[in-house]
Amino acid sequence: MTGKELPASNIADLQSLLRRREISPREVLDVLRARIEDVDGKIDAYLSTDFEGAVEKAEKTDVDLPLGGVPIAIKDIISVAGQPCTCASKILQGYRAPYDATVIRKLRAAGAIPLGKTNMDEFAMGSSTENSGFKLTRNPWDLSRVPGGSSGGSAAAVAADEAFAGLGTDTGGSIRQPASLSGVVGLKPTYGRVSRFGLVAFASSLDQVGPLTKTVRDAALIMNVIAGHDPQDSTCLNEPLPDYTAALGRDLRGIRLGLPKEYMIEGIDPQVKSAIDAAIAQLETLGAEIVHVSLPHTDYSTAVYYILATAEASANLARFDGVRYGHRAENPKDLLDHYGRTREEGFGAEVKRRITLGTYVLSSGYYDAYYLRAQKVRELIRQDFAKAFERVDALISPTSPVPAFKIGERTEDPLQMYLADIFTNPANLAGICGISVPCGLAEIEGHRLPIGLQLLGKALDEARILQIAHAYEQSTDWHKARPPIAASMQNG
Amino acid sequence: MAKGSDLDVAYVAKLARLNLSDAETELFQRQLGHVLNYADKLRGVDVSQVEAAAHAIPIFNVFREDEPRDWFTAEEALSNAPRQANGLFIVTKVVE
Repeated sequence: MTGKELPASNIADLQSLLRRREISPREVLDVLRARIEDVDGKIDAYLSTDFEGAVEKAEKTDVDLPLGGVPIAIKDIISVAGQPCTCASKILQGYRAPYDATVIRKLRAAGAIPLGKTNMDEFAMGSSTENSGFKLTRNPWDLSRVPGGSSGGSAAAVAADEAFAGLGTDTGGSIRQPASLSGVVGLKPTYGRVSRFGLVAFASSLDQVGPLTKTVRDAALIMNVIAGHDPQDSTCLNEPLPDYTAALGRDLRGIRLGLPKEYMIEGIDPQVKSAIDAAIAQLETLGAEIVHVSLPHTDYSTAVYYILATAEASANLARFDGVRYGHRAENPKDLLDHYGRTREEGFGAEVKRRITLGTYVLSSGYYDAYYLRAQKVRELIRQDFAKAFERVDALISPTSPVPAFKIGERTEDPLQMYLADIFTNPANLAGICGISVPCGLAEIEGHRLPIGLQLLGKALDEARILQIAHAYEQSTDWHKARPPIAASMQNG
Repeated sequence: MAKGSDLDVAYVAKLARLNLSDAETELFQRQLGHVLNYADKLRGVDVSQVEAAAHAIPIFNVFREDEPRDWFTAEEALSNAPRQANGLFIVTKVVE
């Protein structure tokens, strides 16, 4: 163990201590701060922290509130009033959010304390956090490997005990894939279940905010706070909000789980394959029935995803023009020079690549061939899921075809990096919910590397996938496995 | 569907108001050519009977009353401005 020990590993255990007055919110922050100062030099999960603001909040918080006194790490694409919100982009260096995102407002109302902003792929474009404009985040299980992305900072912070929980965003897998690679739980809610107000937009028809946590119960606790209608996001669904913890603990008898045959592709790492097979057998032992299903348009999803996501990004990122906020090029000779150089200097390579692709697929002569066709295939992918969910309660797959890869291993070939999302991006295209939960450890080059099981549920069925994930988690010890750098007490 | 080789990165970057170095232009031309060749697989899908889906879960006609409410002060709105004066953004000259 390294340095300070956290008094508890997860939110639920921390809350027991806080509510029994065995530790104060201020003491929690002090120990967390020491922990971050001790290990973040190795992990680089955080881009900024706000201990002073956090302490001020901690001294006033009511620990009996739903998340009273619980510090939360926030992906640096979500606005926290007065704090930097850079999206890990040089174009937003120095920018401070003038207001709270709705999810932050809700977290604060529930007593939670935004502690700091975590590293990410620039504007959430990437699957490894290597596209950050500021620094590399390392996987706590093997510092030579990536934590996944784009919410890699939040995933690594949770895995390395630098946070009890974090918020991420998931546009094509950016919560679930880093959760899988870093060995934590990550939930992507149904599109529209959680407000996007105050989230810097990447691909507006795909983006969702969700939790990265140590346990499934913690993910449910955060969902209870952040989910729900928001009049400030017109795509936010006005649907009843369940208590996501209510179904936890129910057994899996009568639950039907679908195994999509298209997800059993070549290229799945053999250790991932055997971990998933074992997880399926475990779910059967718990009473679930396994059903073979087909999602025939799966093979098209990555192509559809990269056309639609880049098209939306090219429009969303037009706002970074150096006029109202962010970087502005020095001494422009005219307006075109102002725009062209501001964006050249501010954006990193992957963002430039995606703006270029997105602009192309929307441009005259190519719109029908790429963008419109991709939208139609998106509809077919959505229908595939709708048909499958007529027969099953949830679908199972690996979250990622491989465990964490080496830093630098995939950066030369964007297409290879894009294929890291193959099991996750269909859920974004279909708007459904998904969760990744630890289900094994691969042994590679003397390191243990986490493997994640993905469960996909139909729209607004988060309670069901949380129930299944929780039953699985509680019947195995995978969530108790900790990376060498972790230091929390094991409270059962 | 158009061939990936139709992509003219230099032209598209101009549309996107994005200066690229010669090296970036050459690199993106090659890399995005690969991505577009990969995307060519969408040509094989019969979409003749399919309506395009802009959103997975459509919501239509979200209205609210058009009433003034408290929001940013001018000072807050200008708090991140690269250049400002007299409560205004200073912008690059547009008209000669």
